Amino acid sequence: MASEAALFYLFGAVAIVASLFVIAQRNPIYSVLLLIASFGALSGLYVLLDAPFAAVIQIIVYAGAIMVLFLFVVMLLNAPHEDTEFDEHLIAAAERGVGVPAERVRGTGAPGLNKAPMRFGTALAIALLVELVWAVTKGGGEAGQFAGGSVASVGAIGRSLFTEYAFPFEVTSILILVAMVGAVVLARQEKGPAARPPELP
Amino acid sequence: MVTLNHYLVLSAILFAIGTAGVFVRRNLITILLSIEIMLNAVNLTFVAFGRAMGSADGQIIVFFVMTVAAAEAAVGLAIVISLFRHRESLNPDSFTALKW
Repeated sequence: MASEAALFYLFGAVAIVASLFVIAQRNPIYSVLLLIASFGALSGLYVLLDAPFAAVIQIIVYAGAIMVLFLFVVMLLNAPHEDTEFDEHLIAAAERGVGVPAERVRGTGAPGLNKAPMRFGTALAIALLVELVWAVTKGGGEAGQFAGGSVASVGAIGRSLFTEYAFPFEVTSILILVAMVGAVVLARQEKGPAARPPELP
Repeated sequence: MVTLNHYLVLSAILFAIGTAGVFVRRNLITILLSIEIMLNAVNLTFVAFGRAMGSADGQIIVFFVMTVAAAEAAVGLAIVISLFRHRESLNPDSFTALKW
């Protein structure tokens, strides 16, 4: 199964590189599109893992619904770059000679504001990566072999979902309803003072 | 031969990338995207373990995780829109009204 290994490394490399570019981009639209590419690679990995149901809902639900929602919000807010008004205030203050030096604010990499917590966070993430990889590879190789044969058809998943997991399934529908109502309430446009009912004397 | 450990290491790398994104980026939308990366890394773990154990439960949990992710994205983006209306900014450092 040399081709399976080749496909695994191809999809894995695409997923990692696309995810890295997601957090390296300054324009959120490119971030969203690259994340869709990363999800496509993950969907290929699910196919390699004999999980066609997960692969298909990864494409339909994640790439098709959630990421489009993100894309709508990015375009609606019309604030494409990370340096919005807040950083412009900082840059203006830096040019007047107060606050942080201008070259730190205008850095080409991450924004110059609060570098220290960012470096700390990066160090924490790298430590987490090293720790996870160490813990995973410590177990030895022979335990990780996949059993042969197909695992679960979509029919088996459907049967299990509507019998054994019927209660969580219904709870999820209530969760979706609550999230929908909450999103509408939170994002509703505030009415101006003219639309309010008149104050009682 | 691709084993379970390969998938777990890949998932660990993706999860660390997502964590780094949450810490490093100063944009609310990119932070939400990093959370999605982390959720997907965990999904990959579930599917890989389900394959190794020969059971369908891994994919069923992935289904529920995706549903919760959809709800989280909807509510989170609504909060982002509401915050943007108040401050005209997506930088989390500008939301300091609760800071003493």
